[in-house]
Amino acid sequence: MKNFNFKSASNTKEASKLASGRATFLAGGMSILPAMKLRLAAYTHLINIKKIKSLSGIKVSSKSIRIGAATTHAAVAASKEVGKSIPSLAILADGIGDPQVRNRGTIGGSIANNDPAADYPSACLALKATIHTNKRKIAADKFFKGMFETDLKKGELIESVEFEVPEKSAYAKFPNPASRYALVGVFVAKQKDGVRVAVTGAASSVFRSKELESVLLNNFSPSAVDKATVSDKGLNSDIHASAEYRAHIIKSMARKAVSSC
Amino acid sequence: MANLIGAKLERKEDKKFLTGKGRYTADINLPNQTYAYFVRSPHARAKITKVDHSKAMKAPGVIDIFTGDCVVKDKIGGLICGWKIVSQDGKDMKCPPHPVLAKDSVNFVGDHIAVVIAETLEQAKNAAELVNVNYKLQKAVIKTSEATGSENIHEGIDNNLSFDFLLGDKGKTDEAFSKADKIVKIDLVNNRLIPNAMEPRAAIGDYNTSSDELTLYTASQNPHLDRLIMSAFNAVHPEHKFRIVSPDVGGGFGSKINVYAEDVVVAYASKKIGRPVKWVAERSESFMSDNHGRDHITHAELALSNDGKITGLKVDTIANLGAYSLVLAAVTPTYLYAPLVLGIYDIPVACCTVKGVYTNTAPTDAYRGAGRPEATYVIERIVTKAAKEIGMDQAEFRKKNFIKKFPHQQCLVHNIDSGDYNAHLDKAIELADYKNFENRRSQSAKKGKLRGIGFSSYFEACGVAPSAVVMSIGSGVGLWESAEIRFNATGNISVFTGAHAHGQGHDTTFAQIVSDKLGVAIENIDIVHGDTDKGPFGMGTYGSRSLAVGGTAIVKACDKIIAKGKKVAAKMLEGKPEDIDFKAGEFILKNSNKKKTIGEIAFACYLPGSFGDIKSPLPEGVEPGLVETSFFDPSNFSFPSGTHICEVEVDEETGETKLVKYTVVDDFGTIINPLIVEGQVYGGIAQGVGQALYENANYDESGQLTSASYMDYTMPRADNFPQIKLDYTCTPATSNPLGVKGCGEAGTIAAPAAVMNAVIDAVGTDVSMPATAEKVWKALKKNGSKKAAA
Ligand SMILES: Cc1cc2nc3c(=O)[nH]c(=O)nc-3n(C[C@H](O)[C@H](O)[C@H](O)COP(=O)(O)OP(=O)(O)OC[C@H]3O[C@@H](n4cnc5c(N)ncnc54)[C@H](O)[C@@H]3O)c2cc1C
Repeated sequence: MKNFNFKSASNTKEASKLASGRATFLAGGMSILPAMKLRLAAYTHLINIKKIKSLSGIKVSSKSIRIGAATTHAAVAASKEVGKSIPSLAILADGIGDPQVRNRGTIGGSIANNDPAADYPSACLALKATIHTNKRKIAADKFFKGMFETDLKKGELIESVEFEVPEKSAYAKFPNPASRYALVGVFVAKQKDGVRVAVTGAASSVFRSKELESVLLNNFSPSAVDKATVSDKGLNSDIHASAEYRAHIIKSMARKAVSSC
Repeated sequence: MANLIGAKLERKEDKKFLTGKGRYTADINLPNQTYAYFVRSPHARAKITKVDHSKAMKAPGVIDIFTGDCVVKDKIGGLICGWKIVSQDGKDMKCPPHPVLAKDSVNFVGDHIAVVIAETLEQAKNAAELVNVNYKLQKAVIKTSEATGSENIHEGIDNNLSFDFLLGDKGKTDEAFSKADKIVKIDLVNNRLIPNAMEPRAAIGDYNTSSDELTLYTASQNPHLDRLIMSAFNAVHPEHKFRIVSPDVGGGFGSKINVYAEDVVVAYASKKIGRPVKWVAERSESFMSDNHGRDHITHAELALSNDGKITGLKVDTIANLGAYSLVLAAVTPTYLYAPLVLGIYDIPVACCTVKGVYTNTAPTDAYRGAGRPEATYVIERIVTKAAKEIGMDQAEFRKKNFIKKFPHQQCLVHNIDSGDYNAHLDKAIELADYKNFENRRSQSAKKGKLRGIGFSSYFEACGVAPSAVVMSIGSGVGLWESAEIRFNATGNISVFTGAHAHGQGHDTTFAQIVSDKLGVAIENIDIVHGDTDKGPFGMGTYGSRSLAVGGTAIVKACDKIIAKGKKVAAKMLEGKPEDIDFKAGEFILKNSNKKKTIGEIAFACYLPGSFGDIKSPLPEGVEPGLVETSFFDPSNFSFPSGTHICEVEVDEETGETKLVKYTVVDDFGTIINPLIVEGQVYGGIAQGVGQALYENANYDESGQLTSASYMDYTMPRADNFPQIKLDYTCTPATSNPLGVKGCGEAGTIAAPAAVMNAVIDAVGTDVSMPATAEKVWKALKKNGSKKAAA
């Protein structure tokens, strides 16, 4: 790891002010620190945002759940409110990494990083999340741009992520056996006005499966999934799985998710 | 005190390890220390046209940079192959030069080219980025199956063939096959593995400019051998001025047997700059540059008679040596493998050929089990297939063909002294509830899971390596072991062993033996290892040898202590040495109540001479002190065996395999500490299951290691395992007085075959290791599964 300066911000204003030049925010450090250690990334300044009180915490209303960006995966997993109104979200958080990672890693860090195999981005798409930053509100559909790429501008800080409470939802993850990130993760949500199916792990970035959404809109049942054709076009092929296998697993996980809704 | 043999004692050393107080090489920091960082090849195969480090030399904190030219100039020798194999045509195997810093060419990703020495690690790394190496890229040879048909990697080594080895009688085997009623054939891949010791390799060279003494701290399984090799072959420093310390070592699995380039280079660099030089491997360096294991492709055939008797075996293997030939690279896929392909079956004739080939991949060498897992995989897979093909129950088929009389001279090399194979198979069948397996299969089917069962009745040759046997088959050295028992005047004992513990629990097991023999409380016995300045020369730990060979040396040294003690006791008790009995720590004069404790005798041994009324306790001609040394060279290998029975459930839709039941019955001969043995077996099974289901070192076509981190290399984890049922049978070894056979590798040797036989039983068609979900899914689909196709 190359040397860097470390500063803790006490509020969001200070954080964004400090974020100039070759600086970046540090939340749980579970993604950025390994990248720096491997010299895949180098910054002159790390700005710690974990001390900013307003960034942590969970607020629940009948329509939505709003999670502060610096809230840890463990806190989401353990939250009774989340467990009650969107249980799939708590289950998803509980399935991220291992206890150490869940105790440090944060929701803001996860979606800002937009790892193609991360779990949270699928929840954002399926649950029609709104990403609140210090500058604006971004709909999840516009937020995830590509591999490790988001709509965030330089120095823009995620303050919270707001999820719409669906009628029902579930997440099914087929873990990569080595990293236990998602080899394929499928988040299914049924809203009053439709069905959303978001797929992570399978392509260069999280995406919505229109094929699965349309069959499930007609008939929200596991057997409906059989009717969808999930193409392997554009899906990842690597040492862990071919595109063909990923396509198959998308259907398998979709079935599993729907049946546990 | 006495009767500690067989006692389930907790490990003495666990307290320090579990409380983070272990002291590993990386924990050692010396005054005035510098840091080394290696410049490594990013290419699998290239000529080096130029190494320009002028810019790097000027970088902050840089003290010096050494390259291939430097080591040539200073006549530092290359890395060696320890046991060379002779090909069937009588020619010696071919070994390419293996310089500690590459000068003209690089041959795998991670090959070491230069080392930067700087004041801090950060500075060394920054400067290393400035070392400019010009490469002329060449086409890499990666695949084991394609090596012999590809361009020569090393000058003068045609077809990349290091050796073409043959063991057995080809003529007679062909004859048996021509008369066979049935021939069963199989093609197997033994996947390449990365050892992944928990502690990455590390080394610190510390040259003392005043005394001309060189100390090397290194995470090694065999510091004495390292010192011998580094002084005799690498010409780093003369042996008598060279000390190697291997303190706590966090696992080796064979990957810490070799003298590595980094060991030689930090020792050399420390001499050059006159300051300590420290290097600790990063995990990615471990992935790239630790020796890898296995990597075979094999075709095997089994000849059978109509009544299900095995009449012959043919095995043809290609073993991937990687880029160079390491210390045990050649013996592992030949003498540690070929004789073992017979398993525990009474096979009248056999022949095994092994082609050792070079490729542009990390060098391979011994990895837990070394040769024996590969052999067990061949015989246990083909035996299972044979039973299935002739429609015989697989347990029955095994029993029909087991060796039943001992000693048994096998048709290849080994003369097996003892065993009872039916006993462990029967016990395993009972424990695994084999008779109700079909019920469990239907239960699983109801849940939509395919259940399968697999056996592996393994065989190993341990107690590596009796000189008499191995030198008769071409080894230049046998591997005996040493021990020294040093009684201190106050009655406690320091035991020096040439074996080295890096997870095996010697501090406890060896102390149990000494306590049992000498009647001294176990807390008063200290086991000392891992420092060439402390004990006598020893061979280290690998090949399940520590107890059978090193433990026996300890027993022999104890016997010498007792013999001397009897002489002293006789004088003190006013009797004859032959009238002294020794029992539970006391020397007793026969037919009297006169006795002395061993502590009193030890004290007396340090007080020679008479003065006034005081008479010397030492008889005429007996030297003072109570220190005895023994070197033990066994007459034969020891031969553990056992039966593993594994059950898996396969998810028909996704191809995921789950281990649901695992039973193992081992015959390790005498067991000194069942708790430690259990730990060794569990760990071994976990590693074997890792090979079968998860682990795979993968190189892409250009020779990049695409499984170079835990993000991509799948390790087995605790939640992958059901509770393992474990039991023993016992036929003591006759080649050592303890009757012990060795247990450290058994799990790894047996498990891959047991698991794969179960997976194949579940799937109904062949799958190769590792049986990943996708591979199993593809096999299911090919086999017509509708769920897999959905
Ligand atoms: C061993 C291991 C296993 C893992 N397994 C999984 C898994 O199974 N599933 C999964 O989804 N993830 C997994 N992760 C990743 C984990 O969830 C990380 O915690 C997460 O990706 C990043 O969160 P963080 O808080 O650690 O962010 P950091 O590493 O601190 O930051 C990541 C990036 O986000 C930026 N950032 C952080 N917070 C903000 C903010 N509020 N606004 C704007 N930018 C911000 C940072 O500047 C940085 O660029 C794993 C990580 C590890 C180490």
